[in-house]
Amino acid sequence: MSTLLSYIRNDSPIHRLNGATKLIIFLVWSLTGMISFDARALAVMLVIGIIAFKVSKVKFKDISFVITFISVFLLLNFITIYLFSPEEGVRIYGTRHLLFSFSDRYTVTAEQLFYELTVTMKYYTVVPVALLFVLTTDPSEFASSLNKLRVPYKVSYAVALALRYIPDIQAEFTNISHAQQARGIDLSRKAKPWTRLKNMVAILIPLIFSSLDRITVISNAMELRNFGKYKKRTWYSEKPFGRNDAAALIFILLLSAAVLIFTFYDGSRHYNPFC
Amino acid sequence: MKACIKGTEVKMENIAVKFENFSFRYNSQKEPTLKNISLTIKKGEKVLVIGPSGSGKSTFGHCINGLAPFSYKGDVTGKLDIFGNDASKLGIFGLSKYVGTVLQDSDCQFIGLTVGEDIAFSMENECVETEVMRQRVLQSAITVGMEEFLTANPFQLSGGQKQRVSLAGVMVDDVEILLFDEPLANLDPATGKYAIELIDDLQKQSGKTVIIIEHRLEDVLHRGADRVILFDDGRIIADMPPAELLASNLLELHGIREPLFISAMKKAGCPIRAQDNIQNVDSMSIESHREKLMRWVGDTAKEPDRAYDTDLLEVRDLSFRYKSGTRAVKDISFSVKQGEMLAVIGKNGAGKSTLSKLICGMEKPDSGTIIFEGRDITGDTIKERSLRIGFAMQNPNHMICKTMIMDEVALGLKARNVPQDIIREKVEKTLKICGLYPFRNWPVAALSYGQKKRVTIASVLVLEPRMLILDEPTAGQDYRHYTEIMEFLKELNLKNGITIMMITHDMHLALEYTNRAIVLADGCKIADDATSAVLSDDGVIARANLKKTSLYDLAVRIGTEPEALIRRFIDHKGVEVRK
Repeated sequence: MSTLLSYIRNDSPIHRLNGATKLIIFLVWSLTGMISFDARALAVMLVIGIIAFKVSKVKFKDISFVITFISVFLLLNFITIYLFSPEEGVRIYGTRHLLFSFSDRYTVTAEQLFYELTVTMKYYTVVPVALLFVLTTDPSEFASSLNKLRVPYKVSYAVALALRYIPDIQAEFTNISHAQQARGIDLSRKAKPWTRLKNMVAILIPLIFSSLDRITVISNAMELRNFGKYKKRTWYSEKPFGRNDAAALIFILLLSAAVLIFTFYDGSRHYNPFC
Repeated sequence: MKACIKGTEVKMENIAVKFENFSFRYNSQKEPTLKNISLTIKKGEKVLVIGPSGSGKSTFGHCINGLAPFSYKGDVTGKLDIFGNDASKLGIFGLSKYVGTVLQDSDCQFIGLTVGEDIAFSMENECVETEVMRQRVLQSAITVGMEEFLTANPFQLSGGQKQRVSLAGVMVDDVEILLFDEPLANLDPATGKYAIELIDDLQKQSGKTVIIIEHRLEDVLHRGADRVILFDDGRIIADMPPAELLASNLLELHGIREPLFISAMKKAGCPIRAQDNIQNVDSMSIESHREKLMRWVGDTAKEPDRAYDTDLLEVRDLSFRYKSGTRAVKDISFSVKQGEMLAVIGKNGAGKSTLSKLICGMEKPDSGTIIFEGRDITGDTIKERSLRIGFAMQNPNHMICKTMIMDEVALGLKARNVPQDIIREKVEKTLKICGLYPFRNWPVAALSYGQKKRVTIASVLVLEPRMLILDEPTAGQDYRHYTEIMEFLKELNLKNGITIMMITHDMHLALEYTNRAIVLADGCKIADDATSAVLSDDGVIARANLKKTSLYDLAVRIGTEPEALIRRFIDHKGVEVRK
């Protein structure tokens, strides 16, 4: 099993950005992407997102699993919207260009297709940037950035530790499940779903025990080295706020403003190509 | 302020640790774990604390660094002073100014993601400015020779480098007392030896007070100690120089393994005297013992080896590379005979675990074949192989998933839909073999670690495999549990004819319980021979990062062939057990 979604050390302009900067960019970006329904603006953001990916040197294979997973989810989403609300596009854009129809209720209109593609594009603009944030931000530096944004350091450290131990716990899970399979507990697809689920639960108990062991050791190690002594702490891995950070922040704010103005210019969240 | 110890006046500030009628009881326990301890440790002393598990030696350490009573709550009576300050008033953070603790080398203790960050951890919590912190981290890293690795991930370092990083992390605070809590528990022998040398050198350089809690007496004594304190049942049994302790019968009485060379000398009928400097094999005066030892080595009344001739498992040209590209195992071939008990040894990361995973079907080899009882099983699934080859993980707590012993052992059969009455019959039979029958209706939680280990082995044996693979069966166990587990395995092997392959880096285990050892280094098989031959082969020892046992050194000192002495030692052991 490869490790999913954890920080991959590398050097790129994106990696060099301050964790707090990246967190703000990520938040502003997601918010903007969520608000705007303007296909043109979203397309521009999508392109910028892809460029950022190129710049970050993150390899596609590192995220291919997540992207596939999300694509499947979006496909389901696409179908569900259609099943429950086949006339949504018509309602929003106020016109009807019929392409073909399955039945009286399920007609396929250009408006509906356009609407659903816009929704899908929204996800594709937001998700890669979220991934980029996780993959290029050192968990400790992330903790220090959360702390800088006034999150108490004990909370931010807990988040960082959790992020960090994901790969370890995955490895532990694999080991335990191997040992259980070696005594005949089937976790492969050959087993019936219900049996498989029951067997998975059986693994969780030793996994929880081993994680608890781990937690005891790490919390002792931390306490013995003064964690929690004061209300504040400093951060070794803190990056100074540089000119690039300022530039990146200005860029994201301008971009967000531009996208929002462009979107709401005509008084609607939607771009209407049909009128 | 002045205090009196053994008639000599010692200034109060020269006393690092002082226990006076000290007792400690955990809230979760009925009885105190430490019972009326009185003890003084002077500044600059190097003290080794030993004792079987449950003796209170770890609690002793917890009291010094403040984990007890500040993190593990409990009742304290009596007094504990650290450099003249009342420990109960200092609290865990106050104590950390004086005491730096290095925990067992489980990877869990690294907190930082880079070496630099880990060294800085305690300064971060002290709110030291980032710039000052970077300076001090660098200095500290230079003291332990790790300045080149500040940006490296501590998890990817070698065992020895990890030790240095954890030392730097506590030394950065300029503490007076260095407390090591079972520093050797998870280290391979060569790294353990290196760690002991590192601690000793640092102590000599800096004059710090060093307290080492460990049950591997022989390994620590490789570099000596001023005093050894023996704990059992919450009390101090002995507090004396190492040589005196070794010459007494206290180790045997309290379940501590004596150094191998001492065992050999006893077998040869040599008197064990403290004045011979017996704390380690290099310092010991050997002249008066040479003759007796030579006679003993020459006296080969050995029985012929048991002959094993039927191939049970055959591995041919096995290679495997992880997806990440690291090559774990390269062209390994060997065969295991029916009824053997053998060891696969090598340092951490040599490919031992990968090899066992390949044999059990948890990983698929890139090339090569695995043959079991003449049948190619390379394509079989884990589940299919589990009827032939059983596998037990190192830590039984990571395998047990039922609360009752019966259910746990029956789990594998239930998963195979075996009829209820047959399950019952098989489970009872297995429990009898494993000596667990009287406990059959107990909850697993009520068992000791060694008994839990038996439960996991029973839960594998119930499927009636011909062969058992065990990953570090005795890791972290004291001598009593070690002996209990190993004697059980030996009985399984002799009485029930189960072939046993153990993955280990414990040289004692290989020496005492196996006839044959396969040695791996960097994924290749570098030796496959009688254990005595492997452990006396200089080249193999060096390449596999193993450690010469003190039997080897003893042989060199009396001027005989190491292999002859080691063979004699193993045979002697065998004769003894057969009696």
